[in-house]
Amino acid sequence: MYKIVKKQTLSPAVKLMKIQEPYVARKAQPGQFIILRVDEFGERIPLTIADYDRDEGTVTIIFQEVGKTTKALGLLEEGQELLDFVGPLGVASHFDGIKKAAVIGGGLGTAIAYPQAKQLHKMGAEVHSVIGFRNKDLIILESEMSEASSKLVVTTDDGSNGTKGFVTDELKKLIDQGNIYDLVIAIGPLIMMKAVSNLTKQYGIKTIVSMNPVMIDGTGMCGGCRVTVGGKIKFACVDGPDFDGHEVDFDEAMRRQMMYKSDERQSLDDHACRLGGESNA
Amino acid sequence: MPNMSPKKVNMPEQEPDIRNKNFLEVALGYTPEMAQEEAQRCLQCKNKPCVAGCPVNVQIPEFIELVANGQFEKAYEKITETNSLPAICGRVCPQETQCEKLCIRGIKNEPVGIGRLERFVADWFIQNSKPNSKDIQKNGIKVAVIGSGPAGLTCAGDLANMGYDVTIFEAFHTPGGVLMYGIPEFRLPKALVQKEIDNLKHLGVKIRTNMVIGKVLSLEELEQEGYKAIFIGTGAGLPNFMGIPGENLNGVYSSNEFLTRINLMKAYLFPQYGTPVKVGKNVAVVGGGNVAMDAARSAKRLGAENVYIIYRRSEKELPARLEEIHHAKEEGIIFKLLTNPTKIIGTDDGWVKGMECVEMELGEPDSSGRRRPVVKKGSEHVVDVNTVIIAIGQSPNPLIKSTTKGLDTHDWGGIIVEEATGATSKEGVYAGGDTVTGAATVILAMGAGKTAANAIDEYLKKTL
Ligand SMILES: Cc1cc2nc3c(=O)[nH]c(=O)nc-3n(C[C@H](O)[C@H](O)[C@H](O)COP(=O)(O)OP(=O)(O)OC[C@H]3O[C@@H](n4cnc5c(N)ncnc54)[C@H](O)[C@@H]3O)c2cc1C
Ligand SMILES: Cc1cc2nc3c(=O)[nH]c(=O)nc-3n(C[C@H](O)[C@H](O)[C@H](O)COP(=O)(O)OP(=O)(O)OC[C@H]3O[C@@H](n4cnc5c(N)ncnc54)[C@H](O)[C@@H]3O)c2cc1C
Ligand code: SF4
Ligand code: FES
Repeated sequence: MYKIVKKQTLSPAVKLMKIQEPYVARKAQPGQFIILRVDEFGERIPLTIADYDRDEGTVTIIFQEVGKTTKALGLLEEGQELLDFVGPLGVASHFDGIKKAAVIGGGLGTAIAYPQAKQLHKMGAEVHSVIGFRNKDLIILESEMSEASSKLVVTTDDGSNGTKGFVTDELKKLIDQGNIYDLVIAIGPLIMMKAVSNLTKQYGIKTIVSMNPVMIDGTGMCGGCRVTVGGKIKFACVDGPDFDGHEVDFDEAMRRQMMYKSDERQSLDDHACRLGGESNA
Repeated sequence: MPNMSPKKVNMPEQEPDIRNKNFLEVALGYTPEMAQEEAQRCLQCKNKPCVAGCPVNVQIPEFIELVANGQFEKAYEKITETNSLPAICGRVCPQETQCEKLCIRGIKNEPVGIGRLERFVADWFIQNSKPNSKDIQKNGIKVAVIGSGPAGLTCAGDLANMGYDVTIFEAFHTPGGVLMYGIPEFRLPKALVQKEIDNLKHLGVKIRTNMVIGKVLSLEELEQEGYKAIFIGTGAGLPNFMGIPGENLNGVYSSNEFLTRINLMKAYLFPQYGTPVKVGKNVAVVGGGNVAMDAARSAKRLGAENVYIIYRRSEKELPARLEEIHHAKEEGIIFKLLTNPTKIIGTDDGWVKGMECVEMELGEPDSSGRRRPVVKKGSEHVVDVNTVIIAIGQSPNPLIKSTTKGLDTHDWGGIIVEEATGATSKEGVYAGGDTVTGAATVILAMGAGKTAANAIDEYLKKTL
């Protein structure tokens, strides 16, 4: 069993938890994820390692309540325990030689991008971040991202806070202002990552995206997480989750993400959020 | 006077049309009377040909004689001298190519039902006896076992019996390997596997689930934590795909994913259990082994109307156990033999709507001695399906190899070992089961676990 040592609400549907698991905390790297199961009846779901504390032996996860499992998780309180927690899974991000980078977070994708921004910042790279949300109530991690970046732009779709518009527009502005990035990291809904990749392709800027297909084992054993990258089948859990955005077949990934839509509705008939919404990573 | 009946005593099973709608066990097992009657068909051959066919040398005529005399507990002790998981082996071993293949009675008539008797003895013991908690002299020496399939479980059990302090590290949240996530409940009830795992815990074996070795801990770190020897029994879990167009369409599963959703995650009890599985009206399973039969029969049970086994060779070459093929046919699975898929066809929004296939004919024998299938000209046709399950085999997972220096493997991923001991190229590290041989059988994995346990014992006695 894995104890929840801290719980915090970041926005109405987004929560942060610190889980006691010294073994994972010891090995975790930015870009990696864990898989957890809340209880005996629950699904295994992947969540990014948002942060870790090796001394404390804790791992931080940030999740949006979109369906049955994430809602059940959100109901647990400090001191309660998760049944299963396994990691660190996936390939860690590699940032060798990166001097200047743009980190783009779409909605909850901001939580997944945050450890990467932090890592780049720690390495001494110049980090410009653009994070976008549907409206001001959904904004998360603004101060954390600000700390990890020398420049932070916050956008909302409806202009209720920050700049009105999409993250791609802001990234384009930054590039056109003469910022030369060695790397763009884009994490968010597939449609947003696709848009960013299309933009950066025109400028020839290397772009990393983080794929989030449905997963079961997370160890390369089921093949359910397969994505097509550069015309080849890759397993996001062991070959990724980060891939070259210019090589990913986003259209296929979007189709594959629809596979369990109807079952998920059956599993949770009252869920309000919809996949593909700007705040859903 | 032996019972000279030409046929095995029939084992009761659920009717095909009932069982293909539930996940309860198909075969119901012998009563003591049936077992004794079947045991009397054994001729007690002096040269024991059957034993030569058993990968772990179960003393077959001896245990069968004890069954004939009604000494079931003694029969259990006899079997478990060499086979620690009889309830499992009695159900899943391919007896027709092992012990029963060599049985004298099988020359003219049906062989003795050795597997059925093994199963009976094990089940009888589970119901009627408690495992005697014998006193084991503990030596306190730590050994790590990676993976909790039949190879790992056997190795751990044997080492614990010798007094070692054994910890199993398992990637999944439940131990048991393929016995838990692959082979379905209707063929191998999970409660039985759990029982065997509980027995190991009784022996003092510690099981740490949710530990993906190579990720959370490396082999070197296990050594630093005081493990003096390591056994790798991580199986062959990496699914193979066919490399034909359309394999990423919605509705295409690897057999691993399909069966894991159903067995490990209990998708057949959705929505009580949270994990869904999608089964269309028409289902194609590509492959002809046990895995393919399990996937096809599971799909049928989940409500598919037509389930096809698509296999590129003929009936004779089907690698599955005879009993599985027989059961599958009884349950209404349709066999499309000498047929090979070339393309999976999708709808505009990315769902499977059909599979293009060609017919095959058998040509000259290939290097494996089996006649090579070649495409029949002009035989292209489309099979109308909405779900495709690919069960064409799997390879060892590269995770441990890629994170361990000095561990030699074959090009295809199998760990290279010394056959007589299971020793790898890395000192103190042993391996066995599917991760060494590629996908094989439960009994061979157990045999390898046993061999390695003995070799580890010798190695540790020498070095410590
Ligand atoms: C490597 C990886 C890292 C991830 N990191 C995070 C993270 O840090 N925080 C976080 O909140 N989420 C993250 N996700 C997504 C998270 O796993 C899903 O939100 C979760 O599985 C949904 O489970 P559920 O039972 O609550 O919802 P479900 O009932 O299963 O689904 C509810 C809605 O969410 C959609 N959905 C389901 N699975 C996914 C998915 N994998 N990606 C996107 N949408 C999905 C469904 O289509 C549906 O619309 C990550 C996914 C991956 C693969
Ligand atoms: C559907 C199906 C049906 C079958 N039917 C039969 C049958 O009827 N008769 C028969 O004899 N054989 C059958 N087999 C084959 C048989 O199950 C295997 O040969 C046998 O299970 C191999 O045992 P193993 O211990 O080597 O590996 P496995 O049973 O595969 O166990 C390996 C274990 O290691 C774990 N693991 C993997 N990597 C790591 C890691 N890095 N860290 C920690 N743990 C890890 C896995 O999660 C797994 O639990 C079948 C196989 C399948 C898939
Ligand atoms: S070969 Fe058949 S008849 Fe002879 S001892 Fe073995 S089981 Fe009995
Ligand atoms: S989640 Fe099963 S292979 Fe990636």
